[in-house]
Amino acid sequence: MSTTERIVPDRLRSPLEQRLKSWESLLLLVAIGIFVANSFASPYFLNAWNLSDATFNFTEKAMIAFAMALLIISGEIDLSVASIIALASTAMGAAVQIGVGTPGLVMIGLGVGLLCGAFNGVLVTRFGLPSIVVTIGTMSLFRGISFIVLGDQAFKGYPASFSWFGQGYVWWVISFELVLFAIIAVIYAVLLHKTNFGRAVYAIGNNSTGAMFSGIRVSRVKFILFLLTGLMSGIAAVCLTARLGSTRPSIATGWELEIVTMVVLGGVSILGGSGTIIGVVIAAFVMGLVTFGLGLLNVPGIVMSIVIGALLIGVIALPRLWSMWRAR
Amino acid sequence: MLKQSDTILPAEGETVDDSVLALDGITKTFPGVKALAEVSLRLFPGKVTALVGENGAGKSTVVKILTGIYQPDGGTILVNGQPTTFRVPQAAADHGVTAIHQETVLFDELSVAENIFLGHAPRGSFGLIDLKTMNSKARQILEEIGAQIDPEHKLKDLGIANKHLVAIARALSIDARVVIMDEPTAALSHKEIEELYELVERLKTQGKAILFISHKFDEIFRIADNYTVFRDGQLIGNGAIADVTEAELVKMMVGRDVSQIFPKRSANPGEVVLKVSDYAHPTEFDGIGFTLRKGEILGFYGLVGAGRSEFMQSLFGITRASGGTVEIEGAPVQIKSPADAVDSGIVYVPEDRGKQGAILDLPIFQNVTLPSLGRISSKGFLKLAEEFKLAREYTERLDLRAASLDTPVGNLSGGNQQKVVIAKWLATKPKVIILDEPTKGVDIGSKAAVHEFMAELAAQGLAVVMVSSEIPEVLGMSDRVIVMREGRIAAELAGDDLQPETLVRHAAGI
Amino acid sequence: MLKRFITSREALLIGAIILLLALISSRFPGFIAPGNLANVFNDTSPLILLAIGQMIVILTKCIDLSVAANVALSGMVVSMVNVAAPGLPIAFILVIAVGLGTLLGMFNGLLVWKLAIPPIVVTLGTMTIFRGIIFVISDGKWVNSHEMSDAFKAFPRTEILGLPVLGWIAIIAVVGFTVVMTRTTLGRAFYAAGGNPHAATYAGINVGKTQFWAFTISGALAGLTGYLWVSRFAVSYVDIAGGFELDVVAACVIGGVSIMGGIGTVAGALLGALFLGIIKNALPVVDISPFWQLAISGGAIIIAVALNAQSNREKGRIILKRAEQAT
Repeated sequence: MSTTERIVPDRLRSPLEQRLKSWESLLLLVAIGIFVANSFASPYFLNAWNLSDATFNFTEKAMIAFAMALLIISGEIDLSVASIIALASTAMGAAVQIGVGTPGLVMIGLGVGLLCGAFNGVLVTRFGLPSIVVTIGTMSLFRGISFIVLGDQAFKGYPASFSWFGQGYVWWVISFELVLFAIIAVIYAVLLHKTNFGRAVYAIGNNSTGAMFSGIRVSRVKFILFLLTGLMSGIAAVCLTARLGSTRPSIATGWELEIVTMVVLGGVSILGGSGTIIGVVIAAFVMGLVTFGLGLLNVPGIVMSIVIGALLIGVIALPRLWSMWRAR
Repeated sequence: MLKQSDTILPAEGETVDDSVLALDGITKTFPGVKALAEVSLRLFPGKVTALVGENGAGKSTVVKILTGIYQPDGGTILVNGQPTTFRVPQAAADHGVTAIHQETVLFDELSVAENIFLGHAPRGSFGLIDLKTMNSKARQILEEIGAQIDPEHKLKDLGIANKHLVAIARALSIDARVVIMDEPTAALSHKEIEELYELVERLKTQGKAILFISHKFDEIFRIADNYTVFRDGQLIGNGAIADVTEAELVKMMVGRDVSQIFPKRSANPGEVVLKVSDYAHPTEFDGIGFTLRKGEILGFYGLVGAGRSEFMQSLFGITRASGGTVEIEGAPVQIKSPADAVDSGIVYVPEDRGKQGAILDLPIFQNVTLPSLGRISSKGFLKLAEEFKLAREYTERLDLRAASLDTPVGNLSGGNQQKVVIAKWLATKPKVIILDEPTKGVDIGSKAAVHEFMAELAAQGLAVVMVSSEIPEVLGMSDRVIVMREGRIAAELAGDDLQPETLVRHAAGI
Repeated sequence: MLKRFITSREALLIGAIILLLALISSRFPGFIAPGNLANVFNDTSPLILLAIGQMIVILTKCIDLSVAANVALSGMVVSMVNVAAPGLPIAFILVIAVGLGTLLGMFNGLLVWKLAIPPIVVTLGTMTIFRGIIFVISDGKWVNSHEMSDAFKAFPRTEILGLPVLGWIAIIAVVGFTVVMTRTTLGRAFYAAGGNPHAATYAGINVGKTQFWAFTISGALAGLTGYLWVSRFAVSYVDIAGGFELDVVAACVIGGVSIMGGIGTVAGALLGALFLGIIKNALPVVDISPFWQLAISGGAIIIAVALNAQSNREKGRIILKRAEQAT
């Protein structure tokens, strides 16, 4: 039915150009800036082993942040991740007491993570409840179960082979956790940016009604995302428990906020629909570098939280302030 | 006056000073779009002025300027001849300008009286809201407009028509001098529309100036005294409605002669594709059964709220039916979700494009390929080149106008958005396509193109279901028509029975 | 009218609370002695105060996760003021606490209003910032009971008619905010802005500004609670009320406040808080480890939100029936 031949180009701007003008590029500059500033500020910074130690600040959180990024892009959120860690760790600790070995412990950790994720997923997708409230509830529930089991006690006595997941090195200064972090980052980047599933996640986050009307199985996708977030929390629980060598019910307290901060700092819209995995990777490094750098300067952890909180608000507020100022 | 409609003057016998509200040379620019270019508008006490124009002509921008939502970039607003600015919505209300909007925009959780008096509630001691006075005043206003509504009920307990009356009561409560009605009849039944006309007459006798925005010409000629026509953000003409014909008004609106001509089709239906029997839902529809053949266009007509869209959405798997069967090419299918429907070859172009049809923030090519991701990927991994190929194939088939395929769909005009939605479904190679009010919100120029395309689809052997509330469209396009009333099939009409009167009679149950 | 009340959310909660009290008293009659109930109410008062503020914020489609940090910061500042100037009258202390809390709430509100940053991001950020500031100003040290003046500690504990001032403040807040929410323009604006922001704009309500006021009120109540908290417990340090923001949100959810905005009442927030308060106080009485409390409140949130969703779904069906009749 077309009468005149016209050519609608595929793209107006090249992907490279889009990438250069992106949030991620800006964030990378910030990361480099912090790196340089740190290396001037402290003579201990540019040391392979110190830097390697610093990665433990973010690897476990970042693993969860990748799954959380997908969840937030799809328009949901999971605030129960840190509590899943606590519950999974408690389950592993209890298993140690009855003599379960390392492979069994890992299975239990991941299994509990999956179960918790499934529980959240069922409540959100099957019963149609808002995820922010559901996961505030399960956040109390999961950690609450840990408290019921442990009270003010702790589980210890993890087998030596188990501790490798948190303390082992694959090669020189490259820790197992760092390798795992890199592998998971690549998997999530491919999943989000190169697959049907990832495309569905973006579509749902932009307009879940429209996605459903386009034949996307919205509930199934969201359920899988909750499962993945639970699974990643289980993996993080294995690493963290192995690193600490003990389980207390207060383990990983407050991590959910740091993880959400990492995701938002990475350029993922808290309202859903946009964001990239590379952004979250850079944000993880930024947060790790800030924590590590301030640590070298003997700044206490709680003060670093001011910096993290200010970063979170600042990175969103400054561009808006700038455009408001320019509009004047 | 009509021939020279480019220059704008007050209608004869009226001077600027008579107008209670006037816009003079109003300009409003949005990034990339000039929404209004030096338009003028006059509203007179006791007169109904119809504002006419296609979608995108600038009507809603004018409403937003008149109610203080937008600030004009240039020009003046005159209230009783005095230049004024409406910096905030409250300022417009203070000057007696009030609007009743397309969707009845009110507050479910507040009481009827609170809805009416929100922002200007009567105050008692300590500056607190005087509930007693508020309720009695609300009751008084509701009685004035003949509405039997308890002002103390929560709004959420009311039906659509009563909510509309509350909106009107709210407009009257501020002692309005100017009442803007933005497509007020869109969601109303015939009876309710008649009641609305009576109300408009009553407002006129009270000396209120009314700006009436409507698409429906019968309405305009029935109740308007004056008209003003906009096109592409410019004032095209104005004058007394008695001095103009419908054809002239249409010509001003679209800038050319448009007679609604439907494409000629040789009805040559093939074998049965879709067979629906005894389809039912607990509250929305019951006993729906029909067959649909290859190459056929089946029209669904009925009043708003007759259950047509509800049935279509159930057939598409959005809501679950409570009984009945669906067969595709003789084989029964279970449709529990839209994904099931697409797999069975049934696709649905919804009425609400912005929310249901397209994903406005995603680029065109991703919208087109969204239901067909399986075809442009291997083992779940997307192949970008194939994706663009598929998107290009179908957007070209629909003659889509866009800057590039990675433009967000939200940046396109209504007609082009509709093309993206249709392209998305054609790419799935469906057997049955359901079009729900396919030309709603599509400007007159693009309507013909949509009709032509529907005819072409049928000619290619697709089975088409078209839900439409426009009688000319239903009669002009359909081979057969099913009329629905109160959730049931009232009649199935074909051949010589396809007459406007017959349709209306069955739809209204007379 | 009566029928509407019986089927209401509040009636359901009152029923649940009575049932809960009956269950506890069947084994421990002492729990429902007036003196003990007054004690429970007094103990729940901080939660009630914060839940009222949070309810208003949630009404406007926002959330305030920084309330507990605000409590801790305001509490720390007034305790330090008290240490520095023990003779300062309590009225001044109250003004400082409420004033500081208000400013912190306004800061949240400004970011939401003027920069349109999502409330969850803003308050996640300010939550960590406020806690950090406490550490900076206190140098991580505690302000202990013996450092506080007697008047400072006595105010919330002074009993009037068998109920401490703390409890009376909660009662005044409940009554006051019921009037504000039902009888003032601002109160109705909260409902309008959250229930239908688009329509609210047309009705002349500035949605962003309304949200700003909601955060301001939440902040003011948090500041007030900050002083009451540190004086009641006679200690102030960085982590006081840690994680309490979740209890506050939980009280609102249990009280029937819809996280989608526009639905909620002061009475609901009060009852939600009381429900949690009774459970917390009953646990040691019925000899269940206090470690159960977290899991119980988590379970209560999930059940409450499921019930809320249930009643909303019923609403949808009613509309459909009417649509059918209307045609």
